[in-house]
Amino acid sequence: MRFFGRGHGACPGCGLTIAVRNVLEALDGKCFVANSTGCLEIISSQYGKNAWGVPYIHSLFDNTAAVACGISEALKALGREDEGKVVVLAGDGATADIGLTLHGMFDRNHDVIYICLDNEAYQNTGHQQSGLTPLGEETTTTPAGKKMLGKTGRKKDMIAIALAHGSPYVATSSAVLPADIRRKVKRAADLYGAKYIQIHCPCVTGWGIDGKDVVKVGNLAIETALYPIVEFENGQLRTVRKIKDRKPVEEYLKLQRRFRHLFADPRGKEVIAEIQKIADYNAEKYGLDIKKE
Amino acid sequence: MMRVVRGFYSVAHAVKLCKPNVICAYPITPQTEIVVNLAEMYANGELQNCRYITAESEFAAASILLGASATGARTFTATCSQGLILMSEVLYNAAGLRLPIVIVNTNRAVSAPLSIWNDLQDSMALRDAGIIQLYVENNQEAHDVIPQAYKIAEDERILLPFMVCMDGFKLTHAYEPVDLLDQELVDSFLPPYKPKAYMTTKRSLAFGCYAPPHIYMEFRVAMQNAMERAKTIMENVFREWAEISGRDWGGHLEVVNPDAKAFVVAVGSVVGLLRKVVEDLQKEGLKVGLIKLRTFRPFPTEELRKALSEAEKIIVIDRSVSLGYEGNLSIELKSALYGMSAEIVSMIIGLGGRDIPKDFLEKLVRDALAGKEKSGFKGVKEFEEVIP
Ligand code: SF4
Repeated sequence: MRFFGRGHGACPGCGLTIAVRNVLEALDGKCFVANSTGCLEIISSQYGKNAWGVPYIHSLFDNTAAVACGISEALKALGREDEGKVVVLAGDGATADIGLTLHGMFDRNHDVIYICLDNEAYQNTGHQQSGLTPLGEETTTTPAGKKMLGKTGRKKDMIAIALAHGSPYVATSSAVLPADIRRKVKRAADLYGAKYIQIHCPCVTGWGIDGKDVVKVGNLAIETALYPIVEFENGQLRTVRKIKDRKPVEEYLKLQRRFRHLFADPRGKEVIAEIQKIADYNAEKYGLDIKKE
Repeated sequence: MMRVVRGFYSVAHAVKLCKPNVICAYPITPQTEIVVNLAEMYANGELQNCRYITAESEFAAASILLGASATGARTFTATCSQGLILMSEVLYNAAGLRLPIVIVNTNRAVSAPLSIWNDLQDSMALRDAGIIQLYVENNQEAHDVIPQAYKIAEDERILLPFMVCMDGFKLTHAYEPVDLLDQELVDSFLPPYKPKAYMTTKRSLAFGCYAPPHIYMEFRVAMQNAMERAKTIMENVFREWAEISGRDWGGHLEVVNPDAKAFVVAVGSVVGLLRKVVEDLQKEGLKVGLIKLRTFRPFPTEELRKALSEAEKIIVIDRSVSLGYEGNLSIELKSALYGMSAEIVSMIIGLGGRDIPKDFLEKLVRDALAGKEKSGFKGVKEFEEVIP
């Protein structure tokens, strides 16, 4: 609770806060935080009650990467680079949709660690779909009805986008893996340039889960291969989190209200099969399965 | 050192002398040459302790400067038209964050129809953003105003973005003799930017918090107060500048023929032409004065009321319009002169770079003085209205 915490207003069990605390601890608080509009900003930045123990700026929803570039460049111009790392903390909507102007940061390779806190929807406005909302999820803008069964498109592959831009460090992690977050943030801090880390952050309210199930659900996302935990350096895949006995996606989906309709509606079977295909593809692509002898 | 230079160079040179720490740019005509000149200076090592960033859009350029300014850097960018509109979300934000970013806006018409030519619609659209706006008449004034802009914007009693508005092409691309400042003079006038509050790990301050209803209004009031304070502070800076440079551009406004009963009011480069028009009309025996309005925000209401207290007729030269109402400058003037009896005629001219020949302007003013010209668009051709 040294750098973030006191007085924040997150829902009990929220994955964001775990992720943020570990990011800041990994950097020992020696960092500048640029935060986009969203859940994290709203729960932590009320005037007079802000929860930050590090220099913090919130500007807008759509420009956090650029603001961070400005901080990074100003530190250079002013000869203050040793003061700390520049870190973006942005939600999935702010990253993959409105703020995908992030490409400028990648393109110019500013020394910034960009962290996408991926709770897979616009949770702050009450659970609307974003580019990182997965297939089949019911949100208030992709409801399950007679014609449509939740989100129709796939989750945008931000990892591929970051890699395509030549980012020196690209990784995923999860709020349920605090040690992994800390290690990856430290590694990112050691490398120069525009780094991208995407952290899966279970959202109790939006996903419709019990606070006590956050860890279980977060782990199942990994164990089903729906959220592959990977790490790239200079475009090369360095580590993946292997899966011993990959679980079927149903196990993950059935615990969450956001996928409930897939089990209630007969057409849900097809969607679940599609989701399983995505998991299989991830497992294959990154070699996630530990092969049995 | 007197040299014949184009407007964009006179700006770039002045910016260099102000020693900005972060310059960020996205090209847009007719602004581009300003940042191209700065890039050249940067490439040649003439800008010390400075980072020059080529952004992916004006939106990003403004955002990068916002982050840099919050970190304690002196910042600069130039833009206009769609670029300024694209920046507008960020600029409103920068004003609220009280960041003294200096922008040169090379005034240009906005789309549609697409036009790269000059009018004042772009900056007028940002009237309410909490940005100081000053309009210059010529390239020497543009040059001189840059160090003053930093000094004013960075004054801790103000801390607001500052936009220098200069007419696109008419000034930016025009050759004029300009007495270029030297580093010593600028250094003696403009201290380095040392904000009290900035992003540093030595002291973890939070910028850009959200304000619930019990406190939001107070922040807006604080901005309004800063604008109010800016009026006096700007006057002092203008005076100081006149003393050290020997060039007096007036205060918030300049009045020619203060005893006249009829006045023409305008901003920007058209003032240069109006000086001649007024002079010639005087020779004909028509007594007419001229008010060059320099600061548009904060708006110098008191000064205008004083200068126009005896006026019977006021001719406002507008080069932008609030569609659905009337010329922007005339709206402002009517509001400022509320309760006074002078007749105000609003002439909307020169939109989208339409030529403003001296004869045309002179006829307009003469006819308005004679009561033969009413408010409205002037110099418009017959045109079949297109309704899609
Ligand atoms: S809505 Fe979700 S992301 Fe937002 S604070 Fe609550 S649990 Fe966290």
